[in-house]
Amino acid sequence: MKLVYFAWVRERIGLSEETVAPPPGTETIADLVRWLKTRDEGYEAAFENEAIVRAAIDHHHVKPDAAITGAREIAFFPPMTGG
Amino acid sequence: MTPIIRIQREDFDLSAEIAALTAGRSDIGAVVSFSGLCRDEGGRLKALELEHYPGMAEAEIARVAEEATRRWPLLGLVAIHRHGLVAPGEQIVLVIAASAHRRAAFEAAEFLMDYLKTRAPFWKREHLLDGTIGGWVEAKDADDRAAQRWE
Repeated sequence: MKLVYFAWVRERIGLSEETVAPPPGTETIADLVRWLKTRDEGYEAAFENEAIVRAAIDHHHVKPDAAITGAREIAFFPPMTGG
Repeated sequence: MTPIIRIQREDFDLSAEIAALTAGRSDIGAVVSFSGLCRDEGGRLKALELEHYPGMAEAEIARVAEEATRRWPLLGLVAIHRHGLVAPGEQIVLVIAASAHRRAAFEAAEFLMDYLKTRAPFWKREHLLDGTIGGWVEAKDADDRAAQRWE
């Protein structure tokens, strides 16, 4: 699946997008974050405070318990500051 | 009524947008516009960098605009948000709501801005006058509270 990152989440991870194959049993956004944090210290820094980082599946805001099955693009980003 | 939504690097012309929205119409009795400008933050700021999530930014503003048209009897709705570098004094965002009477237009414009600030995927980073790139602007609780009062 394709992951995309924005603002300081992107900077901490060091990538704006990537394609990943999470291990079996990765069913929700929270599972995905848990797995990403094991990959290296950049991910760990990005998700240091998991409650702050927001997620979107296929351009829709979702909560951590959202199922990721069938997702084409999952995004992680800080709280929005536009306007 | 289909809301007009644009995400663009270029500046926009408030008068031209209102003229386009109201051209040839005689049913519109109220046009409310809000434009957000870049502040200099006490002279510290050289520019604001606006990052956005292409695709989702348009989709999310469209969902918020759709919600506004369900809540109020609107005759026109425009939302324009810039991305890239914006200097102090320049415009960042524009919302226009048109209706037969003023209350719907005022409320819809405010609703759209409150939701746009808290739901549209844009992030601001400060570029400082001394040439350094400052931090990412933190989201404000006050903006969340402003959006929550519509629920």
